[in-house]
Amino acid sequence: MSKINKKKHSPGGLLLLILLGLASFGLLLAFLLRGKNVALFNPKGLIAQAQLDLMLLTIIVLLVIALPTLFLVFFIAWKYRESNQKTIHHSGTRHSKLLDLSMWSIPTAFMLVLAVIMWSATHRLVPQKTIAADAKPIRIQVVSMRWKWLFIYPDYNIATVNFVQVPLDTPVQFDLTADEAPMSSFWIPNLGGQLYSMTGHVNRLNLIADTPGDYPGSSAEINGAGFSGMKFTARASNMDDFYRWVQEVKQSPEVLDTATYDGVLEPSENNSVAVYSAYTKGLYDRVLTKYAGSHTQRPAIYEAKH
Amino acid sequence: MVTNHETAHMVDHEAEANDRVMFGFWVYLMTDLLMFAVLFAVYAVLHGKTLGGESGRELFSLPLALTGTLILLTSSFTCGIGMIAARGGKKNLTLLWFGVTFILGLAFLGLELYEFTELIHEGHTLRSNAFLSSFFVLVGTHGLHITSGLLWMAITLVYVIRRGLNSHLVRKLALLSLFWHFLDIVWIFIFTIVYLKAFV
Amino acid sequence: MKELLLGKLDGNALPHEWFTIAGSISFILLVIITALIITRLKRWKWLWNDWLTSVDPKKIGIMYFFVSGFMLIRGGLDAIMLWLQQALSSGSSQGYLSADHYQQIFTAHGNIMVFFVAMGFIFGLINYIVPLQIGARDLASPFLNTLGFWLFVAGVVMVNMFFLFGGEYAATGWLAVAPLSGKEFSPGVGVDYWIWSLQISGIGTTLGAINFIMTILKMRAPGMTLWKMPMFTWGSLCSMIMAVTVFPLLTATLFLVFFDRYLGTHFFTTLGGGDPMMYTNLIWMWGHPEVYILMLPAFGVFSEVVSTFSRKAIASYTSNVLGMIGVSVLALSVWLHHFFTMGAGANVNAFFGVMTMIIAIPTSVLVFTWIATMYKGRIRFDTPMLWFLGFVVIFAIGGIAGVMLAVPPVDFQLHNSLFLVAHFHSMVIGGVLFGIFCAITYWFPKFTGLKLNERIGRYAFWCWMIGFCMSFIPMYILGMLGATRRLDHYDASTGWQPFFVLMLIGGIIIAIGVALQLAQILASFIQKNRLRDTTGDPWNGRTLEWATASPPQFYNFTVIPHITTRDAFWEKKHHKLPKPAYEDIHMPKNTAAGIYISIFAFLVGFGFVWEIIWLVAVSIIGIIVVFVVRGFNEHPEYTITAAEVQQLEETRARKDLAVSRPEKHDDTDEDMGLWQLIGIVFGFAKDVIRNKRWRKW
Repeated sequence: MSKINKKKHSPGGLLLLILLGLASFGLLLAFLLRGKNVALFNPKGLIAQAQLDLMLLTIIVLLVIALPTLFLVFFIAWKYRESNQKTIHHSGTRHSKLLDLSMWSIPTAFMLVLAVIMWSATHRLVPQKTIAADAKPIRIQVVSMRWKWLFIYPDYNIATVNFVQVPLDTPVQFDLTADEAPMSSFWIPNLGGQLYSMTGHVNRLNLIADTPGDYPGSSAEINGAGFSGMKFTARASNMDDFYRWVQEVKQSPEVLDTATYDGVLEPSENNSVAVYSAYTKGLYDRVLTKYAGSHTQRPAIYEAKH
Repeated sequence: MVTNHETAHMVDHEAEANDRVMFGFWVYLMTDLLMFAVLFAVYAVLHGKTLGGESGRELFSLPLALTGTLILLTSSFTCGIGMIAARGGKKNLTLLWFGVTFILGLAFLGLELYEFTELIHEGHTLRSNAFLSSFFVLVGTHGLHITSGLLWMAITLVYVIRRGLNSHLVRKLALLSLFWHFLDIVWIFIFTIVYLKAFV
Repeated sequence: MKELLLGKLDGNALPHEWFTIAGSISFILLVIITALIITRLKRWKWLWNDWLTSVDPKKIGIMYFFVSGFMLIRGGLDAIMLWLQQALSSGSSQGYLSADHYQQIFTAHGNIMVFFVAMGFIFGLINYIVPLQIGARDLASPFLNTLGFWLFVAGVVMVNMFFLFGGEYAATGWLAVAPLSGKEFSPGVGVDYWIWSLQISGIGTTLGAINFIMTILKMRAPGMTLWKMPMFTWGSLCSMIMAVTVFPLLTATLFLVFFDRYLGTHFFTTLGGGDPMMYTNLIWMWGHPEVYILMLPAFGVFSEVVSTFSRKAIASYTSNVLGMIGVSVLALSVWLHHFFTMGAGANVNAFFGVMTMIIAIPTSVLVFTWIATMYKGRIRFDTPMLWFLGFVVIFAIGGIAGVMLAVPPVDFQLHNSLFLVAHFHSMVIGGVLFGIFCAITYWFPKFTGLKLNERIGRYAFWCWMIGFCMSFIPMYILGMLGATRRLDHYDASTGWQPFFVLMLIGGIIIAIGVALQLAQILASFIQKNRLRDTTGDPWNGRTLEWATASPPQFYNFTVIPHITTRDAFWEKKHHKLPKPAYEDIHMPKNTAAGIYISIFAFLVGFGFVWEIIWLVAVSIIGIIVVFVVRGFNEHPEYTITAAEVQQLEETRARKDLAVSRPEKHDDTDEDMGLWQLIGIVFGFAKDVIRNKRWRKW
């Protein structure tokens, strides 16, 4: 610390020290990152890839304006330091219309570029949009509970907890809702961005995987005591493996009937994976209508009157 | 001469202070209006969420609401006349007109309480559904404002009786009448958005 | 009967976790020791008359600094506890906190830092500086000002109640998202403490903001048009106008949450037709502008500092002001970017994304005006300038991250991750907190009559910078690794632990920085003769506050100045003025009404938290009674005659003259270094122990 202080009169030495510090810190971070799943830079599907590309593009546009600005701040601060006898100092300010104009127009131009990029990308990558692909999309209904994820495969009449398997190169439609749970956010970073799951609503999130593997998923939104244990694995496999897995699940002795569902619904933390060979028809719709305010669900007060 | 100069100085000082307080009170009224804006927005979002229960059309009585509206409008008028009297320094007239305003305000509050108790007796409470929650809270917040206005009016009038109409109390009455007109305007919105709209 | 008297309160409510017990004990000890010292020094009367009941905005400003400084340490301890938990709790280790405790701590950390540190410091600064900058003697309503401050204090006590007294705090995140904050998912008293802490202090904020708007718009010195106002006053005006616009939304929303929890209404519930998404909208309509409420005065501070230390008027004054106005108007229309992920359509998301990008334009303009101000200036690098440069770096990083988050598809990946947390800490620490430190260093001579020790100040600055980078760069990276925020535990297989450890180390370095700042203040007081500012204008300033003595007389200006130009004082310094003709000054009398109302307001909140209805009723009546007594008091002011003013001025001048001839020999030429300070402190302690001085106390 005191070294830095003594060098305060020579900005060059200070700069060197700062650069050295940053470089060694960068090296340390790079060392620590070896072999880690840097999820956002490790996309395993079309959506995650597109989101990464967009992020990199945004960063580049921003750096083009931010780096020169930062450089300018420090260069001017250094050049016009009081101890510098070689420069001309002015104490008055001459008002310059040109300066004002460029001050406003340069950032406006950059933001215009970004806004155009962003507007089209937002429409292109809207999570509700079905992904165009050769394969027919697979539907998966997701119910977030305290504190676990229930996955229902309506096409195969099976259900799972905290584990979801999807076939490669097949668009997946996650229909997210919640039951007796606060808002949660469904996020599989390797496959693409998140969306909230809420009671009484269906939020559709379209994702796709192109590389086999196990990808971590979790709730990104705080939802109570079991929040950090509310994790699941998303496995992407080829079609054959997927069908084999479906058959395996169908062999499971457990069935998700109403009673079992109510058991699953009980709040519990750090749940392990469970699979159900079948589920009661209309389960997902019942979860939804529970919050829709239908006549059967209204408070007792009304029952008495009619 | 010195005393004259000083009195002028004091008057100036007081006029400035009056001006500031009036302005500040306007800003306060705007913040209060924003609070009502939130409640209106909430009502707009939730008024359909009756969960199959009765909607406003079946629950509200238009004649009752209309009577309340007329009473409140009249009270705004009498409050205005009272304010003219106060600025003219006519103590008894001020007391009379603000007294009338107070009674009208009380009548309005009575009507509102009558409406609420009727609804609750029929089993429509603010727990019943989101629509009724937002109805009771929106109208009730207005009623609470009326109550505090009445309290303020009563206390100020007591002071007017005891101290006479000095500049300090006239200022209080001026703020009070601003508040009262403001509540009148808010009520017009409530009457239109909550009651009239339910019957359109 | 017991329920009637005590509501839900019983023995279980008392602190029984180790950290709440430790908190209670240390707080009680602190109170006892403080009380003993005050009694010993016979300072109770002085404390009550000169400080607590004072309506002088300068004293209220200092009191804000004290409370907020204390809360900064309190919130900082929270941060260290959070980081420690995250550094430990990987794989089979569960750390030392349960999930529930952990969640309470981060909620409290967020609330304390935003409401009671940042807001408190900003209000303190505005209190102290704005009247001086606009040439006013006082605020428009001195009573509202003390009321606002004491409501703020009531909020501070309320937010700390869970370990001072008992119960628990909200475990919901700082905005208590619905429906998690509903009775269904949070049945304890935590959320109730949250509601009342924010409600009471929020109402205080609204009152304070109304007061400052009145003051700035109606009490400027003659000749000071809006377009001649100093930058900090402009920033404060924009900020306060935003505050009166959005704080009513918070008040209304908090009441609705309260009704949901207390009366069983269905505003934000999942069942009964309630709409939790509406809560998210309402709270962010307040929450986003809130950040700018903190930021704009800080922008003003940086403008003042850059201009003063470049010894040039601010370049493109108009652009700078329009930039601040632009930021404050646009800030009201971007709230939805906090929940792109809730599932709105592409058009809605894209619209709010564009609005967020537009807000980057006036912000960049501000940075450009600072560059243009420095251009061809004569720049000195005193510590305020260091804080400015540090701010630029961190703010640029945070700004880039912010615009990234404004692109909805990118936000889908980054939202709710630690990347987001790192982003807003960059803005709030780099922007707001550095702005506050910059302001305090810059105006410290005005507050106390002493310049701050430069040397230790520099050490503190570097600790903050290094600590910040060490904590928050790994945090950005963790977000990229897919780490969500608010995790109290994570799998060892994720490999995140080293980054969390780095964050903890960074946090400790920041803590050292805070300790150094305290040391800096101590060292400055030890060397007070050397650092005394008798001119009232230690930095060669430009604005009116430097025309007063340091610290200013309680009536600020002997004669209210007439303003003809921007940088009024700078112009004035170059013209000799005739001796002023003294005139009578009207000043407000002290009042304790604000304290009484706040105590009652606190009891209303406390009564509602524990459902003690009689307490609520009694307290509401108490509030009304105090208001009536105060409101109908027709003599809240007193007059200082011209002769008394003259006498006060002459006494002051004599005193300054006496100090301005310091005895050189008892001080070194340089500012005291850290080792020297430690030596002095040890020497003092040794002296106390060896000579048994403590007996005399």
